[in-house]
Amino acid sequence: MVGVVVAIIWMKDLIAVVMLLGIYGLLTASFFMAMDAVDVAFTEASVGAGISTLLLLVAIAKTKRKEHPSRHKPLLALLVVVITGGLLIYGTYDMPIFGMADAPAHTHVAQRYIEDSYDEIGIPNIVTSVLSSYRGFDTFGEVVVIFTAGLGIIGLLSTVNGTGTRKKLPTINDSIEDQHIVLRIVGKILIPFILLFALYVQFHGEYGPGGGFQAGVIFGAGIILYAMLFGMDIARRVISQSLIQLIAAFGVLLYGAVGVVSFLNGGTFLDYNVLLENPVAGQHLGILLIELGVGMTVASVIIIIFFNFAGRKGPQQISDDLGA
Amino acid sequence: MAHLPILQVILPLLAAPLCLFLKRPKLVWLFACVVTALTFTISVLLVQQVTSTGVISYELGGWAPPWGIEYRIDALNAFVIMVVSGLSAVVLLAARTSLENELSSNRQTYFYALYLLSLTGMLGILATGDAFNVFVFLEISSLSAYALIAMGKDRRALWASYQYLIMGTIGATFILIGIGLMYQMTGTLNMQDLAERLPEVAQTRTVFVSFAFVVVGVCLKLALFPLHLWLPNAYAYAPSIVTAMLAATSTKVAIYLLIRFTFTVFGLSFSFTTLPLNILFLVLGLLGVFVASTSAIYQQNVKHIFAYSSIAQVGYMIVGISVGTAAGLSASLMHIFNHALMKGALFLALAGVMYRLGNVQLKSFQGLGRQMPLTMAAIVVGGLSLIGVPLTVGFISKWYLVVAMIENGWWPVAILILFGSLLAIIYLWRVVEVAYFRAPNKDNESVKEAPLGILIPTWILVLANVYFGVDTRINVQIAQMAAENLFGVAP
Repeated sequence: MVGVVVAIIWMKDLIAVVMLLGIYGLLTASFFMAMDAVDVAFTEASVGAGISTLLLLVAIAKTKRKEHPSRHKPLLALLVVVITGGLLIYGTYDMPIFGMADAPAHTHVAQRYIEDSYDEIGIPNIVTSVLSSYRGFDTFGEVVVIFTAGLGIIGLLSTVNGTGTRKKLPTINDSIEDQHIVLRIVGKILIPFILLFALYVQFHGEYGPGGGFQAGVIFGAGIILYAMLFGMDIARRVISQSLIQLIAAFGVLLYGAVGVVSFLNGGTFLDYNVLLENPVAGQHLGILLIELGVGMTVASVIIIIFFNFAGRKGPQQISDDLGA
Repeated sequence: MAHLPILQVILPLLAAPLCLFLKRPKLVWLFACVVTALTFTISVLLVQQVTSTGVISYELGGWAPPWGIEYRIDALNAFVIMVVSGLSAVVLLAARTSLENELSSNRQTYFYALYLLSLTGMLGILATGDAFNVFVFLEISSLSAYALIAMGKDRRALWASYQYLIMGTIGATFILIGIGLMYQMTGTLNMQDLAERLPEVAQTRTVFVSFAFVVVGVCLKLALFPLHLWLPNAYAYAPSIVTAMLAATSTKVAIYLLIRFTFTVFGLSFSFTTLPLNILFLVLGLLGVFVASTSAIYQQNVKHIFAYSSIAQVGYMIVGISVGTAAGLSASLMHIFNHALMKGALFLALAGVMYRLGNVQLKSFQGLGRQMPLTMAAIVVGGLSLIGVPLTVGFISKWYLVVAMIENGWWPVAILILFGSLLAIIYLWRVVEVAYFRAPNKDNESVKEAPLGILIPTWILVLANVYFGVDTRINVQIAQMAAENLFGVAP
């Protein structure tokens, strides 16, 4: 990992940098895996190694490949980084030893999660119980964070709604569209499986690693792959921008609605116990619904981000327009 | 009634996605105004409830803390919540008129949704009693703030927003590292629980480092000198409404966080006795007052002048905290309330100028005293309040701050604070001089008074500046109660 990071700093070719970042993400995921944090590893693999690499590549396609040569030497920044790193290492001296069973992190709150969560919530994946029930409000917040990001992207990048003059947008994918028939056929075979896998991850989060976040990312990646292979225009015809926004908004509302219904039923916000007669069944239903909301919002926001980036003209195309 | 704490936050939260369903900007604006008005009403009810019955705890998801997340409303955060939601509601009233000239209509729906989300984020930070939940809502408020700032008409808004994004992300990451280290040492994320368990491990280096990260991260957010560099451009190039909202609310939320972490979570004895934080705050706060006020004197863009003045005002609040007495803290809290009123009024008045002139360069203010009498009068009253003239709210907080210094025997500091007010007179005088004592230049001769849509909200805030300067029951008493509560908990 250190080697990769050093390489990222030295490299001037941005595509190589993005690839290395992807590798870094994958290494981080493996590292989490080695520490037995499967859910975190899964998220890191799909977000760090997967979707962010893809988005960065699109961003490069829209701008330039080479870094601007800069003569400025960021010594002050280096100093700040060294101090921060030094502090972090200094802080590790008094930490409990890794994996020690009686470390405070294991003996206080976590103990109840480990011992009682199955009886209280009835699902075997403790991570899911903590995320979506004990600390469900944090997860709600995270979904809103993602929703905010999507809104910000549309608010900033959305071009004037061209309902009248709808001309074909030139996209980065035109070349792929015309030439790479093999890619398209392989893609066509793979995409249904990717979407299916996303759904599996979505509904299997209670038992194995997975859940709305990862499923949303994978689902979004499937759609993006489709858009890349078949061109933005066709993809837009399948999924319209305004529909996808409403789906993103609906995901947040669904999550919130579960919370509101639970306090209308006499509990507190997001108290799934009161959703049904049987508290454990209520927990099941609540988690299923909120994970669905999470998945919808995450997938649509990722597609929104991609559409808005890829739909913009790159510097090349702008100069073409000016020339024509 | 029992659900007030959560309604406070989820009302604007759920309203934001609903904005996308309404689509038409005018309708969305109306809807958002109703929502913020309701949010403000809830906050007033909460303040009443807290002052009469004491701390309210709300268990989210039905899980008792520390297993679940807890909303915990005491006098301190009820007070700041009221300030934030009140100011956001009034500023939003001016949004429709002000945005006409500053944002294309197809982006306005997103603007209002992001505005509500930004409000949600801040209220979430304020209401929660859980350290990690703070981080989540911090992200909501910051992300929406970056997007709102970048919507500015000026292309430089993008760069300003990017700078803020980098600094803000570093700040948020530092806070997250700090919270992570705390969790590692105590096994809990609930603030109340942390406060109980931290003293046992207070002497470890890990806790020391986590405290350092949290404080530096929060100080980045609140633009404490010398971590303020992101602020002036972010305020200057954002849409006027966003400037007014952020200036009135966002640094206040960060100051609240600082108070919460130093006083409640780590405890006064750890923050101020084990570590020399009071000296550090005192020095940086005073430096902030002087450096920022001096910079304000040399600015040519009026938004820049008031942005630097905001950094100076943050300096005063930090000085108040650094004393480490209930009197000092309550002076800082009053200043949160009062500064929100002043800067809200001033930046809304600037929104009026922006609407008519299209810019807020000092040189374009020539003769505006005659062309836009009400707007300029608003700037004068807001300015007097900023200086701290009697009968305005500014006087109240300066008075209590100086008294707190003197009680503590810090005479030189008290004198320096008064000297800082003199600098405020200089930079405000520059605006007044140009507006009232110069003949209008050719472009300005046909300029009319700002439209009512902006004038009315501006004057609501201006009159509030005067009203709360005379009738001090709300700002002074609740601030004192909040401060005394904090000192009651921490021995």
